[in-house]
Amino acid sequence: MKIVYTDVLVIGGGLAGLRTAVGVKQRGFDTIVLSLVPAKRSHSAAAQGGMQASLGHSSMGSGDNEDVHFEDTVKGSDWGADQRVARMFTHVAPKAIRELAGWGVPWNRVKQGEREAVINAERVVITESESAHGLITARDFGGTKKWRTCYTSDGTGHAMLFALGDQTIANGIPVMERMEALALIHESGRCYGAVVRSLVTGELTAFLARATTIATGGYGRIYKVSTNAVICEGTGTAIALETGVAELGNMEAVQFHPTAIVPAGILTTEGCRGDGGILRDVNGHRFMPDYEPEKRELASRDVVSRRMTEHMRKGLGVKSPYGDHLWLDISVLGKDHVHKNLREVTDICRYFLGIDPANDWIPVRPTQHYSMGGIRTDHRGESTTLKGLFACGEAACWDMHGFNRLGGNSVAETVVAGMIVSEFIADYCADSASDINVSTGLVREFVEREQAGLDRLVSGGGREQAGPIRQRMEEIMIDQVGIFRTGEELDRAVDELEDLLARSRNLGVRSSAPGPNPELVAAYRLPKMLKLALCAALGARERTESRGAHFREDFPQRNDRDWLNRSITTWPEAGASLPNLGYETIAVADMELPPGFRGYGTRNYIDHPDSAERDARIEKILETVDPDDRHARQAALMPFDHLLPEKYRPRNQRLEATA
Amino acid sequence: MKTETRAPGRALTIKVLRHNPADPDSQPQWASFELEEYEGMTLFIALNEIRDRFAPDLQYDFVCRAGICGSCGMVVNGRPGLACRTLTSTLPAEITLAPLPLFKLIGDLSVDTGEWMRGMSERLETWVHEQTTPDIHALEERMEPELAEEIYELDRCIECGCCIAACGTARMREDFVGAVGLNKIARFRLDPRDQRTDADFYQVIGDDNGVFGCMSLLGCHDVCPKDLPLQTQIAFIRRKMVTVS
Ligand SMILES: Cc1cc2nc3c(=O)[nH]c(=O)nc-3n(C[C@H](O)[C@H](O)[C@H](O)COP(=O)(O)OP(=O)(O)OC[C@H]3O[C@@H](n4cnc5c(N)ncnc54)[C@H](O)[C@@H]3O)c2cc1C
Ligand code: SF4
Ligand code: SF4
Ligand code: FES
Repeated sequence: MKIVYTDVLVIGGGLAGLRTAVGVKQRGFDTIVLSLVPAKRSHSAAAQGGMQASLGHSSMGSGDNEDVHFEDTVKGSDWGADQRVARMFTHVAPKAIRELAGWGVPWNRVKQGEREAVINAERVVITESESAHGLITARDFGGTKKWRTCYTSDGTGHAMLFALGDQTIANGIPVMERMEALALIHESGRCYGAVVRSLVTGELTAFLARATTIATGGYGRIYKVSTNAVICEGTGTAIALETGVAELGNMEAVQFHPTAIVPAGILTTEGCRGDGGILRDVNGHRFMPDYEPEKRELASRDVVSRRMTEHMRKGLGVKSPYGDHLWLDISVLGKDHVHKNLREVTDICRYFLGIDPANDWIPVRPTQHYSMGGIRTDHRGESTTLKGLFACGEAACWDMHGFNRLGGNSVAETVVAGMIVSEFIADYCADSASDINVSTGLVREFVEREQAGLDRLVSGGGREQAGPIRQRMEEIMIDQVGIFRTGEELDRAVDELEDLLARSRNLGVRSSAPGPNPELVAAYRLPKMLKLALCAALGARERTESRGAHFREDFPQRNDRDWLNRSITTWPEAGASLPNLGYETIAVADMELPPGFRGYGTRNYIDHPDSAERDARIEKILETVDPDDRHARQAALMPFDHLLPEKYRPRNQRLEATA
Repeated sequence: MKTETRAPGRALTIKVLRHNPADPDSQPQWASFELEEYEGMTLFIALNEIRDRFAPDLQYDFVCRAGICGSCGMVVNGRPGLACRTLTSTLPAEITLAPLPLFKLIGDLSVDTGEWMRGMSERLETWVHEQTTPDIHALEERMEPELAEEIYELDRCIECGCCIAACGTARMREDFVGAVGLNKIARFRLDPRDQRTDADFYQVIGDDNGVFGCMSLLGCHDVCPKDLPLQTQIAFIRRKMVTVS
């Protein structure tokens, strides 16, 4: 049995994992990163549009600060977010941008003087100040009050991931590519590492660590059409679930992006609409202002996706052999802008659709995009129930996104969480409580269990094949656990997914080829994916309200009275057909921003009984504080400084001394 | 969502150079698969269909399937390129697929570009070398907007390895850093945050495994899927390095 020891095992080589590894390494701890693919090929590379941080340098972002970013984030989450975490996040985001700038990310910069832009389909002239010249600029994204999304053309994720990938190399951190974590090793509520399979040789190795961090990204591929990379299968989240101890949060909170191309499902960035692109229907009519007169195409993602679907249901979509779609028109931005600032989009249109978006409209449709749900952690990034297990990035439910995350807040979360969580991991590793007191017997048991499972798939005579079961799961998820949901459909979805899970216990593979054996890979991942699908479907069925991306046609109101909480799923019995589902209350009495109107459609939600009281209390508190001191006002309502690692507590400098 | 209705397409013959080094009995050989083409079919879709229907153990690498991550470089009808964004309609009905040469073969169409790229990065130290750590709480260093765009232009390399597969020098010299490496040097040289001098860069590329090994035949430039300006950058770096030497 092969055993490898390290201080910090980081499972996942995307933005979140790499930033975590760099953080603990700089604190003097040994770390190893595992990844299914070379780190720089992780899904993070595909992020196009940008990263939110309230620098406020561009004139359209002027006056921005952490407060505004915080408010946008909490409203965007439909009050599902942990507000203290949202505060920690918005405070550290400018530092993350600046750190990355130091590591070489070529952020686009402010150019002083006048320039043309398109806002609400009209050409306008924006004047940038001389004092901001050369500082990092930002573009507009949905659901934000200010232009706050920093970017490098439309290859932001690529530039960030390469800078971090290079920092990882500079710090001498080993990245073991083509290594897949199959199970966590744990005992009595403490995690000790993972059983890992090589995707080159097929061999198993046990990795033992003081701290294990899961940064494996989202689970979009349980859906039939997704903008996610094909490796976003959520297996990292699933191995946490399979411990029976770790909790997952809000698995039903799944975001659909308004503009993925049809039929390939490849994303065109929100920057298209942020930069002024518009949506049109079969008649060429720009329909979003009819539904959302104020925010139009730049309403929050969940809202735009629903409005588009609603419009297509009225028969106003464009018919195609691949189903209905709508048009995204960025030709209004002009050739120069499209070919320079939306270059990936241009490439994608050229290669996958054979069109030039500077001239032609792009066929688009809402498509699965982001997993708000994930491994539930405290504000330090540690699992709420399994000690020594940390999680960050899209794989985690740290919970700054609640039921809907804002565009640009995700890559920001990956690096910010990496910065913060790595400090807490390092603190933990410095403590003798993290010593690895585990018997080789236990390790052997875990490795043998995994090996036996693999052997059974190859030679256990199982009659089911992974392909058709997986296809059916993907269809159920997109058709019945999608943008619009109903109790009846969710009932059927849960039932059928349970059946599929039962069938998946009888899988067999035809090929026994030595090495990675892709058929075997598909087979052992499938039950993990089905479990995540069940968590999402069950959570959605039980949540009889609409919040953020979770929309129930039979319960269209947000219901703070009964549902201001986080869904928590665990899988305590390996052989069970369903997870356990419980709830974690989100207390209004602690909120800096009590639940209110999000600003879309009509004001239509059920109040929480404590909201009025908290509003009154806030008013009272604020009477005692200097109205011009925004930091003091914030601290009086919901202090969060003490939750941050000390090195991230200083304030962020901005151009105006007042901000 | 409605079901797809397809017009009957061309009959494609896809020949894949197969070999599984993990299997002692395996020998490299061509395997041939017949598929019906349909509109919008890419090599990503075609290979998945082949794996589903005929060859469950077929190995290949796709991640983003959108031409962004650089995983799927392979030799398509003799030319290195990204398989995921290659529409079959742009190819003749007979298609041959082979793994990128020069990289370690993992199996069939899957090669180890990751290890190669990391080795290159370590040797060339492809990261910003700064004397002081910037203060992350204070305003960032200013940069001219045009310069930021120029750096990004070169930063767009996705380490797909196509330029290496097309390079005559790389075939003769195992440690040749290739266009990908030379482009990275050009990128960091342009970046004012990197305080290395030309003399420092000369240390890492001023030999036959670096810029002086390049024969300027520009196979790299022709195949780079990101259309990086490799020709001008290599020529430029060579001039600079000649001055230092
Ligand atoms: C097309 C697209 C565009 C986007 N654009 C934006 C944007 O403009 N702005 C924004 O803020 N967000 C954007 N997002 C979202 C954002 O890119 C992701 O949420 C974020 O990059 C996730 O980073 P991560 O580090 O958490 O995970 P990932 O980058 O997905 O990395 C996961 C890592 O885990 C590894 N891994 C997974 N499972 C295992 C396992 N079992 N064992 C070992 N390793 C494993 C993988 O190999 C990989 O290295 C976009 C998303 C998509 C799909
Ligand atoms: S230079 Fe071009 S061909 Fe070479 S690795 Fe980079 S993107 Fe690929
Ligand atoms: S120009 Fe140089 S780097 Fe490019 S293919 Fe020729 S020898 Fe290789
Ligand atoms: S799969 Fe990412 S470039 Fe082809």
